Amino acid sequence: MARVASETLKSRVPDGPIEQKWDKHRFNMKLVNPANKRKFNVIVVGTGLAGGAAAASLAELGYHVKSFCFQDSPRRAHSIAAQGGINAAKNYPNDGDSVWRLFYDTVKGGDYRAREANVHRLAQISNNIIDQCVAQGVPFAREYGGTLANRSFGGAQVSRTFYCRGQTGQQLLLGAYQALMRQSQLGKVDICARREMLELIVVDGIARGIVVRNLSTGQLESHTADAVVLCTGGYGNVFYLSTNAKGCNVTAAWRCHKEGAYFANPCFTQIHPTCIPVSGDYQSKLTLMSESLRNDGRVWVPRNAGDPRHPSEIPEGERDYFLERRYPSFGNLVPRDVASRASKERCDAGFGVGDTRLSVYLDFKHAIDRDGEDAVRKKYSNLFHMYHKITAENPYEVPMRIYPAVHYTMGGLWVDYNLMSNLPGLFVLGEANFSDHGANRLGASALMQGLSDGYFVIPYTIGDHLATSELPEIPEDHPACRKALASAQNRIDRLMSTGGKRSVDSFHRELGQIMWDKCGMARNKAGLETAISEIRDLRREFWANVRVLGRGSTLNQSIEKAGRVADFLEFGELLAMDALEREESCGGHFREEHQTDDGEARRNDNEFMHVAAWEFHGVGEDPTMHKETLNFDHVPPSTRSYK
Amino acid sequence: MSDEHLNLTLRIWRQDGPEDRGAFRNYQLDNVSPHMSFLEMLDVLNEQLIASSEEPVEFDHDCREGICGMCSLMINGQAHGPDRATTTCQLHMRRFNNGDTISIEPWRATAFPVVRDLVVDRSAFDRVIGSGGYVSVNTGNAPDGNAIPIPGTTQEVAMDAAACIGCGACVAACKNASAMLFVSAKVSQMAVLPQGRTERTERVLGMVAQMDKEGFGSCTNTSECEAACPAEISVEHIARLNREYARAALTAR
Repeated sequence: MARVASETLKSRVPDGPIEQKWDKHRFNMKLVNPANKRKFNVIVVGTGLAGGAAAASLAELGYHVKSFCFQDSPRRAHSIAAQGGINAAKNYPNDGDSVWRLFYDTVKGGDYRAREANVHRLAQISNNIIDQCVAQGVPFAREYGGTLANRSFGGAQVSRTFYCRGQTGQQLLLGAYQALMRQSQLGKVDICARREMLELIVVDGIARGIVVRNLSTGQLESHTADAVVLCTGGYGNVFYLSTNAKGCNVTAAWRCHKEGAYFANPCFTQIHPTCIPVSGDYQSKLTLMSESLRNDGRVWVPRNAGDPRHPSEIPEGERDYFLERRYPSFGNLVPRDVASRASKERCDAGFGVGDTRLSVYLDFKHAIDRDGEDAVRKKYSNLFHMYHKITAENPYEVPMRIYPAVHYTMGGLWVDYNLMSNLPGLFVLGEANFSDHGANRLGASALMQGLSDGYFVIPYTIGDHLATSELPEIPEDHPACRKALASAQNRIDRLMSTGGKRSVDSFHRELGQIMWDKCGMARNKAGLETAISEIRDLRREFWANVRVLGRGSTLNQSIEKAGRVADFLEFGELLAMDALEREESCGGHFREEHQTDDGEARRNDNEFMHVAAWEFHGVGEDPTMHKETLNFDHVPPSTRSYK
Repeated sequence: MSDEHLNLTLRIWRQDGPEDRGAFRNYQLDNVSPHMSFLEMLDVLNEQLIASSEEPVEFDHDCREGICGMCSLMINGQAHGPDRATTTCQLHMRRFNNGDTISIEPWRATAFPVVRDLVVDRSAFDRVIGSGGYVSVNTGNAPDGNAIPIPGTTQEVAMDAAACIGCGACVAACKNASAMLFVSAKVSQMAVLPQGRTERTERVLGMVAQMDKEGFGSCTNTSECEAACPAEISVEHIARLNREYARAALTAR
């Protein structure tokens, strides 16, 4: 069982009033003078919103940057798939928004498990992000008069979401990518695409480089630098089926964890309520339907379990609009965690629809009758088109069928206020860190956090580290580099020489099933304990019976997948252990033992108002938990109620 | 909709590496569900190959929802297959018939060399963007987002162009392997927006020069690119690129 360390983690949050912390901190941090910046090398791993923005901004400042991604181009990182929008506290619609309200909503939405000071900084910076993106030529939606348009988004009662049709992530990412390619052309960034990080190089306790595999040639390469910035996204694919891209993985973060970086709150995973349901056992991923659909769609199931009729033949009186019934004041717009659990509850009780009975209707008939098909088409055409393509059903005529799916992970590597992990020199940005969303992320806040970290936080905080640390030059043949290279090579050799019978994907599917069944939307003690022992068994079988064909010296996607699944098989155990330790229900983490009589989550603020940051001691060995106590001086904790 | 499962013959390009000549190989795949996506069908084939100790087919893919631009494939000679406005990952097997032979090849273009099997190197596109496909505004330099009003109609044109996913289907579909649709989409987005005006001359000259340097062919206005484009980028943007280029060539110092 888990060991708990006695001392509390230091978040290094600056003193003073919360509104002034960031300004004051920016003044107090040490600067690197402009002439010296070019002497520093920075490695940025990942080219999504956080990584792309960080690499471009650091290069603009004068640092020399190496930017890594496993895709064939930095433009393909999975931020590109974000549909709905990005929040900012501009208050352009004059509807009562403010930095304070965005801060308040985000802390509350996170169910009081985020660090207040970080969230306040995020809300402050949100407005700068919009300005920066507009200046880059990001084509945000506009009103007729030419000003920026806003829409409301799940869980918020003001309109603060900026958007580019249903492709906001794509446009924001291309803005960052173009800034990055500009710096590449200027010689300030080396673009290292089709490289996957396999090891972190640590010298004298400080992160000084990485080992990557060149995915085109199979060659291992070591790269050294004065700081490493990890922007490698979340770990949703531990569930195999998720809305993440197929390549998303935990490997970079997990290898840092194994080198000493603490992993915080891994059990905080977000299940998105509106995804296209699983259709067969060949299913390779799940597709999200933007949350914005819930502005006009109504969620329902038949009142009679297993009602065989076509949905259009089921009269109003025999439909159960269960979100509206349970949450009359928010209705279909309740936050993601609440909506997902309510759908699961109906399906578990036997009221689900479709062949598998594991889906619920999302019906636009009322919106079409009220506003006309053209109005609905104008808002959602690309989403309806996507749904039609995948399911061959026309959502203008038949209600969509949806079911929750793993979408985002709030947990991640632990970082302090400077976004530096407990390993000096290792910074962690975006979804890869744990910091801003607590136990549940609000819609349109992931893009905000990625860009905030990349454009506006790391450019300041990295300077303080570089200016105050002893960073002697690391030669390519330094023992730490040789050790990391050997370790990566050894792993690949082991994977290739196992000579077993089962494909990598078959292991990944089986792991995903364990995680989804026992560590998904609802968790309990017995299930989690079973999950841990099943994961251990599966991991043993993997290393004895995995089949990886081909050679290590060419492009070989089986090796790539095998390495990622091997890490998921270790990480999954930590996720389950964290879920087991957290004896409360909060945000995306729902423990069946901790619920109210009417099935709502019951938090335990007395015992669990902390971040659980785990220290690695070895595969299969009990990790140590380090606690960071959270204080809520500005947003007093209350029970989230959407009734 | 038919639920009948399909038995297929797959004629797939196999190439061990950039130096290998490569060749087609035939594979039989039976009992394919019509609800599978095209890439899921290839996943199933790969599982079958691994079970018989044969190396799986390498192909690029990532988001599998039509936005990242990573998937490619010439399917029966058509970039991203037979459907309009569809990437390979969005194509479903219900589009095919029992008994079909499906031919699957990589993008074919000098500027997109094959890495292995169906995987090609599209980094030429990155270098073209690096040659002017941006607004030179460093982080922190921006005025308020509402400082410059942009008419909704202008923004719509910019967004139509900006929707390009950079997959390279336009190049693969073109008999000249021209990249004009890709280049024009970015030039056009920036040309209509006020933010892009300052650098319009350098942008179009720089991007076209890089496009030529990478070995992409010339445009002969056959519009195959538009027909193949999964993001429905219009050839109108090529017309705008030509106007931008003419203007720049006449006025550049």
